[in-house]
Amino acid sequence: MAQIPIITEASTTPSPKVITLRIARYNPQHDSNKKFMEFNIPYERWTTVLEAILEVKKYFDHSVAVRYSCRQATCGSCGMIINGKPRLACFTKISELNSNVVTVEPMNNFPVIRDLAVKFERLFNTHHKVKPYLIHDDSEITTDSKEFLQSPKELEKYIQFSNCIKCGLCNSACPTMATDSLFVGPQALAQAYRYVADSRDKGKDTRLKIIDESHGIWRCHFAGSCSQVCPKGVDPAMGIQLLRGYMLGFRS
Amino acid sequence: MRESIIMKIHYGTALAAVALVAVHILMRLTQGFSESLQYDSVIANYKFLPYAGMLEIILILLSIHGFNGLRVILLELKQGRTYEKAVSYGCVAAMIALITYGTRTIIMVNTGLGMM
Repeated sequence: MAQIPIITEASTTPSPKVITLRIARYNPQHDSNKKFMEFNIPYERWTTVLEAILEVKKYFDHSVAVRYSCRQATCGSCGMIINGKPRLACFTKISELNSNVVTVEPMNNFPVIRDLAVKFERLFNTHHKVKPYLIHDDSEITTDSKEFLQSPKELEKYIQFSNCIKCGLCNSACPTMATDSLFVGPQALAQAYRYVADSRDKGKDTRLKIIDESHGIWRCHFAGSCSQVCPKGVDPAMGIQLLRGYMLGFRS
Repeated sequence: MRESIIMKIHYGTALAAVALVAVHILMRLTQGFSESLQYDSVIANYKFLPYAGMLEIILILLSIHGFNGLRVILLELKQGRTYEKAVSYGCVAAMIALITYGTRTIIMVNTGLGMM
C-alpha cells in the first residue's frame, strides 16, 4: 500500500500574507451613496484580486455583486477600479499592487448595477455605432473564387486594435467620458480606426462621417489615459490620432 | 457645418494667430513698453492701415478660435439639443459682436469719429 506522505503545515506552507480588501457596496435602488466593506484575505504571490473577491463571496458575504467569466483576461468582464486605477481583476495580482490595502470599486463613467457590476449599454451602443465589421461590396460567401488577401504590412496597420476585448477600462479612464455623456469614447474610436485602416474594408467614408460630429472624435483631448490602462496593449489614443489624420487629409 | 471643417478652421486660426501675434509683439518691441501704450502711439498704430489691418486680422482669428474653444468646452459640460443649439448660436453671435466692436474702434480712429 502506497504511503501518503504527511505534509505538515509548518514545514511546507509559510503563513500566508494577509491584505485588507475594501469592496465598494452600492445598490442604486436602495442606497443613497457608496460604502465600503472590509475583509481580511490571505493571499499568495499568485493570488489575483478576482480570486480575493471570490474568496469574500465564498466565505464572508455571498451578496457581493461582481461580473467575471474567463479568469484569463480574455472575456473583459471583470473590469473595475483597483486602488484607484481601472484594471481587470483577473489580470491583477495582489502582490504586484505593493499595498496592504486593496480597494475595489466599480468602473467610472458606467452606471452601477450593484457593487462592482456596471451597465455596458453605452459601450456596446457606441461600439455598434461605428460599424465594427468589414464593409465590402463583394462577399466571400457569394464569390467562391475570391479571397481578401492582405500583406503583413497592411495587417500591421491595425492588428493591435483587433486585440480589444471590450472590457471598458479605456472608457472608464477617459476624462471626456466623465463629462460628455454623448462622447463616442476611446473604445469605439479605436475600433473605428481598426476597420478604417483595414485594406479589405470599403466603409471608410461611412465611418468617418459617423464619428465626425460634435460629440465624436474631436472631443478627445489626448489625455492618453485610455492607452495606459488597456490590459491588452491596445493604444486607443494613437488610433484616435491616426483617425484624425484621415479626417484632416494627412492620410488616405 | 461638419465638425472636421470647424476643427480645421480652429487649428488654422491658431497657427495664423501665433504667426501674426509674433509680428505684433516684434513691432511693439521697437518702442519701450510704456511708450507703446501711450495714447498717441496707439492712435498712430490704428492710423497706419497695414498695421491696423493686421490687428483686425488678429482680432478675427482670435475671436473665431476663442469662441469655438468656448463652444467646445460648453458642449462637453452639458448635453441636450436645445442647449447645444443655444451654445453654438450664442458663440457665433458673441464672436460677431466682438469683431464688430473691434472693427468699429479702427474705423472710428481712421474717420476721426469719437476722437477728443
